[in-house]
Amino acid sequence: MDAHPQKRALAAAFPHTVPIMTGFLFLGFAYGVVMSAKGIGPGWTILMSALVFAGSMQYVAVTLLTGAFEPLRAFFLTLMVNARHLFYGIAMLEKYRGLGWRKIYLVFGLCDETFSVNCSAEPPEGVERGDFYFWVTLLDHLYWVAGSALGAAAGVMIRFDIKGLDFVLTALFVVIFTGQWRQRPGRAPALVGVGCSVLALCLWGADGFLLPAMGMILLALTFLRPRLERREGP
Amino acid sequence: MSFWQGLVMAGAIAAATILTRFLPFWLFPEGKKAPAYVAYLGQVLPYAVIGLLVVYCLKSVSFSAFPFGLPEAIGVAVTALLHWWKNNMLLSIGAGTLCYMLLVQFVFC
Repeated sequence: MDAHPQKRALAAAFPHTVPIMTGFLFLGFAYGVVMSAKGIGPGWTILMSALVFAGSMQYVAVTLLTGAFEPLRAFFLTLMVNARHLFYGIAMLEKYRGLGWRKIYLVFGLCDETFSVNCSAEPPEGVERGDFYFWVTLLDHLYWVAGSALGAAAGVMIRFDIKGLDFVLTALFVVIFTGQWRQRPGRAPALVGVGCSVLALCLWGADGFLLPAMGMILLALTFLRPRLERREGP
Repeated sequence: MSFWQGLVMAGAIAAATILTRFLPFWLFPEGKKAPAYVAYLGQVLPYAVIGLLVVYCLKSVSFSAFPFGLPEAIGVAVTALLHWWKNNMLLSIGAGTLCYMLLVQFVFC
């Protein structure tokens, strides 16, 4: 009857993470296979998935880990690729307020998918908010590490023809984009994101467009604020 | 790269990632309300950033040389339409990726 509060929180969190479990086992597996195909050992794959826990950056980092020893370049490239986390953090400031020591792990594990659950899902009655967010974050983290470990092991044993497999990442973002497109208020900022990025790509080219694109997005959203801002109740 | 060099690289990538996640919480600590402008950005940026990431993934596609971005265009269309229709993340990603892999390995090769 009176189940342990953590068990209740886990039971409430788990259903929300099922789509992420399938996605992460698949994407993590693909990551592990790619790492093995590049000759990087399973230990490194697990270390990266546990410590970095940022899918797109880990794919980018495959080339960094097989290239020259340039830690500063790696540091700043990571800052740029992961700059969107700043935006997630800003969006979660209120929700993660007052959660004590758990907040450190919640912020550490704030990846795209965990953000998408924790910014929208409401924990049920009788489950503490912090516990719910904690289990969502931990389950997603475990799926990702498990998926990449399995992929790394499989990649060592079997040789895959992986040409085109890196498209999983593109497909993931297209899927999130399509899902967000269903929410009408998200369409205008989504178009701003695509429009500014394409424009920046045309002007600055593939190697240097990321920062200008982020600047243009900020400018455009600032300019459109009077039209886009949702007035929320007190 | 040696073992220690690899560890430093992994550490640099992890440190930068952790920094991007913690910075907003350091800039706007509890007890201090974030300005309305920052709260507005928190509402709209997630949508815009996913748009940026889609473009980022496709940044190296060339439309002026064979195969003119066709595998990417078809792969993205299959993924998006399937997701719009069935709303099943795994199905959309799996089918879209498989379609793209078949295209680049057997059709446009």
